Amino acid sequence: MIRVQYFARYREVLGLDGEQVSDEFASLDELRQHLLGRGGVWEVLAEQNLMCARNQELCSLAEPLQPGDEVAFFPTVTGG
Amino acid sequence: MSIRVQSQPFDPGVELNALHAANLGVGAVVSFVGYVRDFNEGREVGGMFLEHFPGMTEKALGKIVEQAQQRWPLLGIGVIHRIGRLEPGEPIVFVGVSSAHRQAAFDACNFVMDYLKTRAPFWKKEDTADGPRWVEGRASDQDAARRW
Repeated sequence: MIRVQYFARYREVLGLDGEQVSDEFASLDELRQHLLGRGGVWEVLAEQNLMCARNQELCSLAEPLQPGDEVAFFPTVTGG
Repeated sequence: MSIRVQSQPFDPGVELNALHAANLGVGAVVSFVGYVRDFNEGREVGGMFLEHFPGMTEKALGKIVEQAQQRWPLLGIGVIHRIGRLEPGEPIVFVGVSSAHRQAAFDACNFVMDYLKTRAPFWKKEDTADGPRWVEGRASDQDAARRW
């Protein structure tokens, strides 16, 4: 089980702030491809400047995933 | 070191003095304060909402501060970032750095801001006459962070 969270514009476009995904994925990108497969609004996760985190640490899409991980997808950060 | 993520306003002067008062070995304090502007990207801005990722935000800021402490001989660092509803003219972010001599404080303050801008999970949503809009990330911020 992977916990996935969405923030800011992605949360609004998807109409969802998070969900549990029960399949297993080798990497964050595999999980993203699975979500993209839903079509429609999920295309937003194909954006080039997408950022992601695994267990609350920024990482690349190549990051390996373990069951129980917490993943987040979000647009480029704009604080400060 | 002190890191605060809060919805309440803060007084930059108070924060600045606290950095000096904490240690008489401090010979230099450098600070940056970011404010909400009333105009951005060709539109008047009536205010904004700052969203963040509770939990990760504090960790990300902690890591950035730790990196600064490893790179420069610092005596203190204070970081404050606001969240929630903000009006034009209000302070959004404070970074204050103290050291014995000025160069470390200047560089570390600049570094912390560049990293915060590109690595801390905050997102701004502005209110404009055309309705709310998400602020887009800027390539110049990414370039600034790559200098370090």
